[in-house]
Amino acid sequence: MSALDAQLPTTFDPFAEANADDSGAGSKEYVHIRIQQRNGRKSLTTVQGLKKEFSYNKILKDLKKEFCCNGTVVQDPELGQVIQLQGDQRKNVSAFLVQAGIVKKEHIKIHGF
Amino acid sequence: MAEENTSQMKEEVPELAPFDPTKKKKKKKNVVIQDPADEVDKLAEKTENLTVAESGEPSFAGMKKKKKKPVETDFLNDENGETGEDVVDEQVGEDEEGEGIMLGGTTRYPWEGTDRDYKYEELLGRVFNILRENNPDLAGDRRRTVMRPPQVLREGTKKTVFVNFMDLCKTMHRQPEHVMTFLLAEMGTSGSLDGQQRLVVKGRFAPKNFEGILRRYVNEYVICNGCKSPDTILSKENRLFFLRCEQCGSARSVAPIKAGFVARVGRRKAGT
Ligand SMILES: [Zn+2]
Repeated sequence: MSALDAQLPTTFDPFAEANADDSGAGSKEYVHIRIQQRNGRKSLTTVQGLKKEFSYNKILKDLKKEFCCNGTVVQDPELGQVIQLQGDQRKNVSAFLVQAGIVKKEHIKIHGF
Repeated sequence: MAEENTSQMKEEVPELAPFDPTKKKKKKKNVVIQDPADEVDKLAEKTENLTVAESGEPSFAGMKKKKKKPVETDFLNDENGETGEDVVDEQVGEDEEGEGIMLGGTTRYPWEGTDRDYKYEELLGRVFNILRENNPDLAGDRRRTVMRPPQVLREGTKKTVFVNFMDLCKTMHRQPEHVMTFLLAEMGTSGSLDGQQRLVVKGRFAPKNFEGILRRYVNEYVICNGCKSPDTILSKENRLFFLRCEQCGSARSVAPIKAGFVARVGRRKAGT
């Protein structure tokens, strides 16, 4: 078996796609970062799907301080708590969450344009 | 490319008429078969079209790829497909004389008459040549589905009209409803089709905004993961969406479109 493996010219893994996180189905474990337009050129960033064990308020506090923007935690009947921030903070938030070790990069889905 | 881009922008600014005659002409043949040599020549005039290449990620040609988002970086992979093909192409010339596949009298292959082992590239070239002779469809020759870039108008100050929405849905062979749901979910807004089958969306969006989202749509719901062909069918079976490839027959399940959280914006009372 191993001898055979050694002869294979490429290291193509046929299951790589199935294992890849962006393979579609099963979006439960993702943290979704979205953008929404408000009036004029103002916008709003929402972060949905962080693990419940985290203190949303603590994270929010750090986010606000880090990006110098306001924000809140809102309670959604279906989706649980969602963090809202002013402005387009998608890249910032994603970088922050990864750096702080809160979410793995491959578990973040950034939506919007 | 940058120059053309700017000139194109200039063109569009003064007259907001979405179609110019040259574009109209190309509209009919959205799927074109071309060989790589022609392609280079045509590239110049093609730049305003966005293309879904069969090998590699779809690329919106003519638009600057200046986005720095890490998510976007995989679009640069286009070149990988090319280099692989170059290796193969080198040997096309040598092999064209012979008809049979098996041993001819002339030297068809570089290793003929020698003792050495075949190189991987040589064998790969051989297999592609055989494939090309007998079953060109499978050889992955450049078949491109060319998608035109989104054309967008502003309606008033708060709405955006996606003019060629239907056109693009047809190119992708997808239900307008499905594409619309995805676009709206991604943009976190609401919208509908108007009398002329244009998509009217609340909020201000630039063409490249639509483009970015469509690109993701194509990756997620159109392109076959196995062979990168856009020739696929999306069907719903037992509440699950499946994407089946017409070229290679592979199928995968795709995520249903979920709008996710939508924050209440605007007047407080207007929310849900
Ligand atoms: Zn396929």
